[in-house]
Amino acid sequence: MMISARLTIAGLLASTFLASPVLAAGTHPVTGEPLADDQTFTYRVLDEHSSVDPQVVEDVSGSEIVRDLFEGLYNQDADGNLVPGVATSYETNDTKDVYTFHLRPEARWSNGDPVVAGDFVYAWRRLVDPELASPYAWFGELMALENAKAIIAGEMPVDQLGVKAVDDHTLEVHLSQSIPYFPLMTTHASTFPAPRKVIEKYGAEWTKPGNIVSNGAYVLTEHVPQERSVRERNPMYWDNEHTIIDKVVALVINDENVALTRYLAGELDRTEVPAGQYPRLKKEYPDEAISFPRLCNYYYTFNLSPSGQEAVKDVRVRQALSLAVDRKIITENILAGGQPEAYTFTPAATAGFTVPDVPAASMTQAERDAKAKELMAEAGYGPDQPLSVNLIYNTSEAHEKIAVALGQMWKQKLGVQATIANMEWKTFLEERGNQNFDLARGAWCGDYNEASTFLDLMTTDSGYNDGKFSNAEVDALMNEAKTADDPQPLYTKVEQIIAEQAPIIPIYHYAGVYMLDTDVGNWPVNNVEQNWYSKDLYKKAE
Amino acid sequence: MAVTQYSKSLEDTAERLTERLSQAEAIRGRSLWFDARVRFFGNKAAVGALVVLILVIAFVLIGPSFAVWSNEEIDWGRMGDIATAGRPSIETGHYFGLDDLGRDLYSRTIQATGTSLLVGLVGAFVAVVIGTLYGAVSGYVGGWVDGAMMRAVDILIAVPYMFIIILLMVMFDRSFYMLFIGIGATSWLAMSRIVRGQTLSLRHREFVEAAQAGGVGGFTIIIRHILPNLLGVVVVYATLLVPEMILVESFISFLGLGVQEPATSLGRLISEGAGTIAYGTIWQLLVPLTFFLLTIISLFFIGDGLRDALDPKDR
Amino acid sequence: MLRYIFRRLLVAIPTLLLLIIICFLLMHAAPGGPFTSERKLPPSVLANIEAKYGLNQPLFVQLWDYLTGILLHFDFGPSFQYKDRDVNDVIATGFPVTLTYGTISFVLATVVGVALGVLAAVRHNTLLDYIAVGVTFSAQALPNFVMAPILVIIFTWQLGWLPGGGWNGGQWQYVVMPVIALSTSYMASIARITRSSMLETLHSNFIRTARAKGLPTRKILWRHALKPALMPVLSYLGPVFVAMITGSVIIDMYFSTGGIGLNYVNAAFNRDYAVMLGVTILYGALTVLFSLVVDVAYAWVDPKIRY
Repeated sequence: MMISARLTIAGLLASTFLASPVLAAGTHPVTGEPLADDQTFTYRVLDEHSSVDPQVVEDVSGSEIVRDLFEGLYNQDADGNLVPGVATSYETNDTKDVYTFHLRPEARWSNGDPVVAGDFVYAWRRLVDPELASPYAWFGELMALENAKAIIAGEMPVDQLGVKAVDDHTLEVHLSQSIPYFPLMTTHASTFPAPRKVIEKYGAEWTKPGNIVSNGAYVLTEHVPQERSVRERNPMYWDNEHTIIDKVVALVINDENVALTRYLAGELDRTEVPAGQYPRLKKEYPDEAISFPRLCNYYYTFNLSPSGQEAVKDVRVRQALSLAVDRKIITENILAGGQPEAYTFTPAATAGFTVPDVPAASMTQAERDAKAKELMAEAGYGPDQPLSVNLIYNTSEAHEKIAVALGQMWKQKLGVQATIANMEWKTFLEERGNQNFDLARGAWCGDYNEASTFLDLMTTDSGYNDGKFSNAEVDALMNEAKTADDPQPLYTKVEQIIAEQAPIIPIYHYAGVYMLDTDVGNWPVNNVEQNWYSKDLYKKAE
Repeated sequence: MAVTQYSKSLEDTAERLTERLSQAEAIRGRSLWFDARVRFFGNKAAVGALVVLILVIAFVLIGPSFAVWSNEEIDWGRMGDIATAGRPSIETGHYFGLDDLGRDLYSRTIQATGTSLLVGLVGAFVAVVIGTLYGAVSGYVGGWVDGAMMRAVDILIAVPYMFIIILLMVMFDRSFYMLFIGIGATSWLAMSRIVRGQTLSLRHREFVEAAQAGGVGGFTIIIRHILPNLLGVVVVYATLLVPEMILVESFISFLGLGVQEPATSLGRLISEGAGTIAYGTIWQLLVPLTFFLLTIISLFFIGDGLRDALDPKDR
Repeated sequence: MLRYIFRRLLVAIPTLLLLIIICFLLMHAAPGGPFTSERKLPPSVLANIEAKYGLNQPLFVQLWDYLTGILLHFDFGPSFQYKDRDVNDVIATGFPVTLTYGTISFVLATVVGVALGVLAAVRHNTLLDYIAVGVTFSAQALPNFVMAPILVIIFTWQLGWLPGGGWNGGQWQYVVMPVIALSTSYMASIARITRSSMLETLHSNFIRTARAKGLPTRKILWRHALKPALMPVLSYLGPVFVAMITGSVIIDMYFSTGGIGLNYVNAAFNRDYAVMLGVTILYGALTVLFSLVVDVAYAWVDPKIRY
């Protein structure tokens, strides 16, 4: 079994080698930098990917691979802007609920077949098909594809989905509501085309190296579960001549400290920096340690449901607990990776979003502490009647440090007795989902680069609103924002309500903190979603 | 072959003799224990180990009164730069340095050592009591009872332990005592198999068969004749279990049952320290590892001494 | 003996069945399911997924389907977490890895452990004994999660001799560190059990008699002492062998070996029911099998033992 797998890979390698253009050695066509002979990019992933099927994949490391293997209608550039992928352009109507995409005729699958509009129709139907039962089927609903909801519910056949191939190179999409930012969503892995012939031929086995056919810049050539996956240049890719990296290797390394050691030993081109180690590494390896903002937040949510304790339903208590959190200590002393302190929910890095002024952000910590003490006293808690809260988080060293620090801050400043409890992941999700807590850790990374991906979580019906915060005004504002030409004032208002009501304690916003080998060129540090494409990278000669 | 048989029959005669002797001694039970005590205290390594263990326990009990910092306080001023400001130092009051979050490792180690000693000893105790009895009964009774009891152990060994811990955690309020149930649930299994193996071979020895012929009840035989002969292996395996249980505890705590922050244990301190060995904070590993090592070494020599002192063949 | 072995193999079937049922119930009783995720899935999406994997059926139907799947098609079901793979695939790729490094570690630990233990016992209270005891302590003082990162730091980073992880089809460079990290603490335990058991045997009356008769020490050791002294070691080795060949999550985690150990723990964390059951059955079958092997070995060591 091993041998035959190797043979196939060898065969692929040979064909790759013959077909690949002479770019590999030489100089970079734009910057003129000398390029390394070996254009292999090796990076660490925390966990084995869930799948490389575009319609099934649901994790970050899987999506990274899928973005290399497949290409959707649009890609993102290094700054996160939309750039043409399989589509060259699109048109929309005035109400922004019908989109027409024009596909490039030269796009090919790795087996030489042309990529046609029908491949997208097939893929999108697949996404919402109850038979495939994709965990990301809800993305079809989020995109507001016409009839997606009914198809997922099994009330309508899949061919009723609001997407059709006008001809081989024209894709028409009908939405059930107006979505001005629809094209942004076509960079998401679940919208990528799928090779019907191959899937029908191999069934569930179609994603195995050797079987898989893809339309991106790379093909999957090797996959050893829990160890490594390898993708190599796809010579049939329409823009193959501009691709520089020949081979991308993802190594699964669960332990971040071991990963760092292996990076330092030269086995990896990129790895994550463990919490707290960035300043030291920056000093020792100034060109390799990098930090940049990411599109994620980190917070604690109060339990506002009937099962929550009375005290946390008092807005003064919530405000006090939030104010007493010294975010600077967490971002500078615990994480120390350049994470911004958070006083609002939506990260400042979000496109087109201006962080509104909230009072807490402009106070000094001493002022915040004083105010917190005042509020606690007002609410009737003090040395005679100390408040006790329990706080839950899922087991992880960084979460634990933050939870312990919060407990200490509250204890020392407000005399609050915080019982902190760690849990294994699924137990944590159940306990949090069943509102068995006073305060629970939460974090969210944007599904797309727009503030609603965060602020929607604060609406009553959100699937991630485990604190059961419910505010009619927030719901109304978010509903209005969906179709507004300029939603920023609405978002500002929502953030202000969140700041006043304090259903959550925002703590920090994420930063991408990496060790990145200096010979890796063009890493998209400005892409806050970290949607990176290996075809845009290159390795410089050392 | 002939020699073996000859020596076996000799052995049996000799054992019968010892048997009678030990029965005679049992009447003067006091002097038996007295002898054992004398023998134990005559063993330098065992006494030295006992002293070390007592010192460790004394440190756990008295140590806190010398602590400048509690085990949960964060040294806000030094937490940002552990590698230099958090070194072990008399001046700062952090005799063993700081942990990765800026808490006093001296106080944390004291608390952790206490917890882990308790966990290790309880685990070993449960193994000795349940595992020995279970294994001895299974091996002595034999037949289908043995088969059923041992298949039950096979099943319990293979059942995913993690789910039992998770269920314990969900069904009961998390508490320190639940941890002992979690530890106890697993620690006796291997012990019972070892004891049963030994019992199988003891069962056919002359002295047991003689007792059976003399109409002595099964339970009495197990207590009087089988168990004393198992002592050596039980003691050694129990001392092996202590470090194992100390490390199992850190996994149980990882799942969320057991020791909760800000409390900690040696297993957790060691694993935290092991994570940061390359970052210039080596004391975070060395301090808990030292206490771990002191504990298991002293328990080993105490166990060795106990075994020698109680060995019925030496009587 | 053959009849005994046959009977025991027959008993293995209900034993494993019971194990499957217990494991099945435990898994389903644990909070959270395979599709409990950070953001709750919309009910309709969840319903589709549950229908696809048969999770909407009553428990006993699921159990029945699972058992018939195994019996009729040797199909242990799909992985809920790694959707490109099924359980047979997970075990087929992971088990050879752990079997390889587990067996090597086992042989190493047993040979070195028994040798150290016997040596220490024979030369009781001499320098050799102290050295052997010292070695076992150092081995035991470094649990594998401490040993693993230290090995990577020394051999990969500082010396650059060995790759820091991966398996690569089992090339020797990739096997060295996992084997060292896995075998040392077992080696120490085996040495200590052997030493103590050997000491006890050497003190026993029949050995004294043999000595009194003037038999040479070497002969006493090989002919008379070693076999009975190995009884407790054998009892210990049975489960240890099973534990080692089914791998260690720590080894798989630190060295990215892709073994079954990590799959087992990941499956438990992810509530990947089918993978969990599949690996548990493998583990259970091996446990039952090696209990039998140990029992047969007892009879070899002590011919008086009869079942």
